[in-house]
Amino acid sequence: MKWTRKDLLALSEMSAEEIIFVLDTAAEFKDVGRRRLKKVPSLRGKTLVNLFVEASTRTRTSFELAAVRLSADVVNITAGGSSLSKGESLKDTAKNLEALAADLIVLRHSAAGASRFLAARLGAGVINAGDGSHEHPTQGLLDVFTIRERLGRIEGVKVGIVGDIRFSRVARSDIQALTKLGAEVTLIGPPTLVPREFGRLGVRLTDRFDDVLGELDVVNLLRIQHERQKAGHFPGTGEYASLFGLNASRAARLKQGALVMHPGPIHRGIELDGSVADGPHSVILDQVTNGLAVRMAVLYLCGSVPPKEGE
Amino acid sequence: MTDEHAGRRLMDAGGVASAEMRLVGGIVGKINREERIFLAGIPTRGVALAARVARALRERGIDSGLGTVDISMHRDDLGLREGVSALRGTELPLDLERWTVVLIDDVQHTGRTARAAIEAVLAFGRPRRILYGVLADRGGRELPLCPDATGTVLKVEDHARVRVRLTEVDGDEGIFAS
Amino acid sequence: MSNSMNIRGGRVIDPSAGRDAAGDVFIAGGKICAEPAEGGVEVDARGLVVCPGFIDIHVHLREPGHGAKETIETGTRAAAAGGFTSVVAMPNTHPVADHPGIIAWMLERAAEVGVVNVFPTGAITVGAQGEQLAPIGAMAAAGIVAVTDDGRCVQNHEVMRRAAEYCGMFGLPMFDHCQDASLAGPEAMMHEGYWSTMLGLPGWPRMAEEIIVARDAMLAEATGTRIHCQHLSSGGSVRLLREARLRGVPLSGEVCPHHIALTDESVRDYDTDFKMNPPLREQADIDALLEGIADGTIEVLATDHAPHAIYEKEVEFAAAPFGIVGLETAVGLFCSILLHQKGVLALPELIAMLTANPARLVGLDRGTLSIGAPGDVTLLDPDREWTVDRSTFASKARNTPFHGWELKGRAVRTVVGGRTAWEVGV
Repeated sequence: MKWTRKDLLALSEMSAEEIIFVLDTAAEFKDVGRRRLKKVPSLRGKTLVNLFVEASTRTRTSFELAAVRLSADVVNITAGGSSLSKGESLKDTAKNLEALAADLIVLRHSAAGASRFLAARLGAGVINAGDGSHEHPTQGLLDVFTIRERLGRIEGVKVGIVGDIRFSRVARSDIQALTKLGAEVTLIGPPTLVPREFGRLGVRLTDRFDDVLGELDVVNLLRIQHERQKAGHFPGTGEYASLFGLNASRAARLKQGALVMHPGPIHRGIELDGSVADGPHSVILDQVTNGLAVRMAVLYLCGSVPPKEGE
Repeated sequence: MTDEHAGRRLMDAGGVASAEMRLVGGIVGKINREERIFLAGIPTRGVALAARVARALRERGIDSGLGTVDISMHRDDLGLREGVSALRGTELPLDLERWTVVLIDDVQHTGRTARAAIEAVLAFGRPRRILYGVLADRGGRELPLCPDATGTVLKVEDHARVRVRLTEVDGDEGIFAS
Repeated sequence: MSNSMNIRGGRVIDPSAGRDAAGDVFIAGGKICAEPAEGGVEVDARGLVVCPGFIDIHVHLREPGHGAKETIETGTRAAAAGGFTSVVAMPNTHPVADHPGIIAWMLERAAEVGVVNVFPTGAITVGAQGEQLAPIGAMAAAGIVAVTDDGRCVQNHEVMRRAAEYCGMFGLPMFDHCQDASLAGPEAMMHEGYWSTMLGLPGWPRMAEEIIVARDAMLAEATGTRIHCQHLSSGGSVRLLREARLRGVPLSGEVCPHHIALTDESVRDYDTDFKMNPPLREQADIDALLEGIADGTIEVLATDHAPHAIYEKEVEFAAAPFGIVGLETAVGLFCSILLHQKGVLALPELIAMLTANPARLVGLDRGTLSIGAPGDVTLLDPDREWTVDRSTFASKARNTPFHGWELKGRAVRTVVGGRTAWEVGV
């Protein structure tokens, strides 16, 4: 196949073939990261704007480094320092960026669908770096990249995603990528955080972590947010940790070679114990390294597709 | 004669074989015995050709390394082509500074591929030197880059599209213009 | 210009009199009369249905305060272009229509620039804040036809109960936008279900509507005051309404076109023209609403015409206001869906839901062709095929999800008080 998307908005709209195409491309870029010169000229002369309307140092840094290694010029705009905080609409902000000839816009936004909104209105490529509770496609891609790299396959791999599925864009992208590539996905958490509607995607739902723990090849722990506690989705982090935290005694029951993943930043002692995060099952730092390769691949692919006419 | 897929035949299998011999001869003429030679094919047909050259060199008692250089990341026409092809991977020795890299491609035209390939190798490391060998030189250079070894020189119109077909890749052998 | 008219040769359907026959309708001096009006405008209605002017009991005219979205002038022009001769205006203006001064201003303004009849409603509570009763008696004297905190729903059941008791004094119905504010939290943007889950948009469940419909059934039963549940979206609401009505509870309900035309899947591209309150729900809900329309549980059709400026809607889904315009597409959608596609209603029944039934609900002497009634008449071509083109809307707003839809059925002339307020172009 050939890659023809100028935008990366959601894994829900991508085929398995396209997802694999990105993973294969990312594998090549991971090799580039091991070379003497870690930089390639693919996006030389192009301008990438990191438009982070919602703060995220990790993702922004990863995209920035990816862009720099592709020789793009990078401009970072964060909500606090932008006219967005002065009431300018997202559309006007984007039109201004385009008037400055931005070729790629990486958007992190608190509103689901914000990246689709921009992509429909701009000739520039739009990369979704997380839109509300909708998707975080590069995180989903780097998660399946990491699983494939470590386990050699995705198909048939048993993946448990634990925690705040309801509000998690990471979970949505992971579920899309994993189910499309044939993994067996189990969503684990209290019913208040695990909407049963996900069942329609062919995933299994359970509130009994201990019953499924021993059969999982991958345990992906999602960040638990304190706002959810206030909104009554669970009574407290202590009870949450005792029911769904990956502590040392649970970790001892993991399959040999099982992977422990977390999109970060970690709440040690809540989603997982420090000893597990730093232990032999953990591939959390691989995720960070692979995130760079995946984002290079995505920027390379989307940045190499001719811009749309018109608009 | 014409082939509906490939166009007008400029050279048949025998022609390709002689061109190949001249290419190998040209390379042998440019290298010396102390050098460690690494043949880096430029995908797609350069890779198959590099393997043929490696066999021919071995027959002449010259050992060589064999790998590929993917120029995709170094192209200067990204954003001008519809659709992006899959990356092919670059395989070069890690101790590149001890090697002479011979880039092998099927056709030289504008010189832009050669430029991208040279950059790709230099991004990887610092070889002793880089040579460039092509099966067919069809002219029409846009950059001042000439091959060190050439199998054959073709006389074709500027706009013609020249295609080399190799058994390993295409199932038959020849050089065509359309 | 003459306010007399002789409309001849049409199929006259007047559900208030059980009339459905070929015939003529005459208007003299702005009133329906028995004999041809001398010097009246002659209208050839052959091939058309002649019926009482349509009444939309759920319209946001946006004036005062939100003239960028719509004005009384443009809103009533949109009504006329959709076949409506009367609209009932919601009080969520700025300031909120919660005292007689604003009601008087709206009526004056409507008399000045309105091209159809405007009947205001007043807020139930001061500022529609759900706490202190608005001066309902004074507003009744100023001319309101109902009270409602539409857009907001009185959450305090005690306040709602006292309001219902109080309204009984004036015989005013209460319109309720049935929505429990805790179940449909401030972030809720669409129906809670598969699509909200996929799209990562906070959903609001059916029960947020149903729980208030159930409350209103209890309050209507206890107080005897009519409570009218606006824009029902959930199948469960229809069941509750049916059960209450069977027991004779003065509870009623209305349905808007979008809730029977679209499902929550329409939101999949985050197009804000599909963002409305209550939200688009699922096919099972559509089926239940159609069943409720067919069996008489729901007796009024309305639009919830909710105009917004383009710049307000062209934003992220979360930032967009709720609502779509409806006046100029409603009749086409109702005819297409209820008559032609689903066949759940006969034409006279459909017309009753747009005329006699809403008139009865808000106590108007309209929605009828009886002698002496105001000369409000709609000429309808139930088989006319047309394509929605929002660029041609008389409304100021363009926020419709139906742009480009091919519909069957359209009002072709709207007559208000014996004068043509609008006529379809050729």
